[in-house]
Amino acid sequence: MTQDAASRWRPRVRERNAIGRGFAALTIVSTLLGIAVLVALLVDVFGDGGSQVDGHFLTSYPSRFPEDAGLRSALLGTLWLLVLTTIIAFPLGVGAAIYLEEYAPDTWLTRFIQLNIANLAGVPSVVYGLLGLGLFVRWFALGRSLLAGAMTMALLILPLIIVASREAIRAVPDSQREASYALGATKWQTVFRTVLPAAGGGILTGTILALARAIGETAPLITIGALTYIAFDPTGPMDLFTVLPIQIFNWVSLPQEGFSELAAGGIVILLIVLLLANSIALFVRFRLQRRFD
Amino acid sequence: MVTKDLSRMLGARLTGRRPAAQDVNTTSGAPDAHSQFVPRRRRALIERGIHAVLFLCAAVSILTTAGIIFTLLGETLAFFRDVPIIDFLTGTRWTPLFVSQSFGVLPLVNGTLVVALVAVVVAVPIGLMSAIFLSEYAPARVRAAIKPILEVLAGIPTVVYGYFALLFVTPILRDIFPQTQVFNVLSAGIVMGFMILPMMASISEDALRVVPRSLREGAFALGATKFQVTVRVVVPAALSGILAAIILSVSRAIGETMIVAIAAGLQPKVGFDLLSSMETMTAYIVQVSLGDTPQDTIEYRTLFAVGTLLFLMTFVMNILSDWIVRRYREVYE
Repeated sequence: MTQDAASRWRPRVRERNAIGRGFAALTIVSTLLGIAVLVALLVDVFGDGGSQVDGHFLTSYPSRFPEDAGLRSALLGTLWLLVLTTIIAFPLGVGAAIYLEEYAPDTWLTRFIQLNIANLAGVPSVVYGLLGLGLFVRWFALGRSLLAGAMTMALLILPLIIVASREAIRAVPDSQREASYALGATKWQTVFRTVLPAAGGGILTGTILALARAIGETAPLITIGALTYIAFDPTGPMDLFTVLPIQIFNWVSLPQEGFSELAAGGIVILLIVLLLANSIALFVRFRLQRRFD
Repeated sequence: MVTKDLSRMLGARLTGRRPAAQDVNTTSGAPDAHSQFVPRRRRALIERGIHAVLFLCAAVSILTTAGIIFTLLGETLAFFRDVPIIDFLTGTRWTPLFVSQSFGVLPLVNGTLVVALVAVVVAVPIGLMSAIFLSEYAPARVRAAIKPILEVLAGIPTVVYGYFALLFVTPILRDIFPQTQVFNVLSAGIVMGFMILPMMASISEDALRVVPRSLREGAFALGATKFQVTVRVVVPAALSGILAAIILSVSRAIGETMIVAIAAGLQPKVGFDLLSSMETMTAYIVQVSLGDTPQDTIEYRTLFAVGTLLFLMTFVMNILSDWIVRRYREVYE
């Protein structure tokens, strides 16, 4: 029996090594494929749209004539939306994170809130758009305003801010809190003067990345009825608005000659804005993150 | 005054502590050198108020979920008063915007699932192989260089992917298969696959990396090659995590909107022709939103009926994925 097995045993070392090398090569190729698509996308977009980007493109309103059209209202809309979303989402997100990390007792309610946040992160963005449409646009009667858009966006990115802030707060060692208590500080004084400054870098980084996500989101804003054609500057939170990705979507959908190049130009600007946001996040991470060893 | 009492009650209820009334000596508050100190009772009140405010911040997440459910359900129930739920779920004709209205959602579900299938066929093998490379083969330096690049891929807005699908991938497909329609499922699905690839790769990689070294070394000691160790030991040990990643990828693909709205077209139909146009549930929501649909019409309510179905599908998958991770996680010391 054993002798039989032994006689049938073939090490096949060369064959096995060949299979191994082939498999290793395949994993490398797969990884490179993702990178290749990224490169193709960037080359395609910058090739089509790079020449569009100039002063006129940034300062003109959209137009029926592609040579006149520009991004002015979309850029301003994105800026407005960003500021309003930050004002709403940042305090709520950080507050929720502080509560869950520093205050929450271990009860069913706390566990329910945590489960709930995890689930909200997985809800498709277009569903947030329906929430915004039904709740903010119709029920609160905010109309298709910047405020309605910002509130929708804020709810969308809230789970991201909460998760990132919780991680940053959790990374602050208990010795810091105990030192604060030992000096007679109350709970809130400890949180506000010791924990938050120490976690600030992580919280800011997470918030900026969440906002970057909001800059690129299109579907929820289309659903709440953000317009595709705005030829004026928004001046307040109750104004109608458009944003960069919606303007891009609008241009992509137009079959006429010249608009796809405009869309590519808009994408170039959008990607530059996102690159900027990510660079700031990276910078903040390096400058503000405190290390405790 | 009222708010203070309220927050005090709330705070007390939350902590399970009674409102503090123990300190007697600070109430008179002699205004001398200690005047910069906030009296202890007031400080305790402030503390409780802050506690309540922070709790309300956390409660916003519950309100959000409640808001989603009530908004979706309200309009959806109104929709089902006009259209029998059976017709909605089993009908094969979706023409709510035509004169002769039909409300069978199956064509939209069909479109959604076909696009998601293409995306998963692209994302799962490539993502898994990338994860294996990053976790098992790549030197630390290479890994540190590649991971941020994959994150960039994940951070690109979906509207950009839509542009890429329609104006880069579709022309290539049309060169290869001349019968390809301008709007087609294949192009949208492929590009969507690359969009969810980073998520698939990163979750799978996490699952592979927590497989303990001792398992690998045990297999090596038995004479297995690196390929055999990876395929027969590491991947099976990480299977629950990989499965969860696959389900999350499907869920993401089902909920993805802009790529399909731009590149897959707006033709609701049942079928499997990848080179033709199909409409997904999400693309339908965008299509109706772009038109100015008045409230309290059946067209407006179809938005929420379709949205409810979409929400339920992704919700079930997210829960399932979470459950698989919990239920089948191998725990190593």
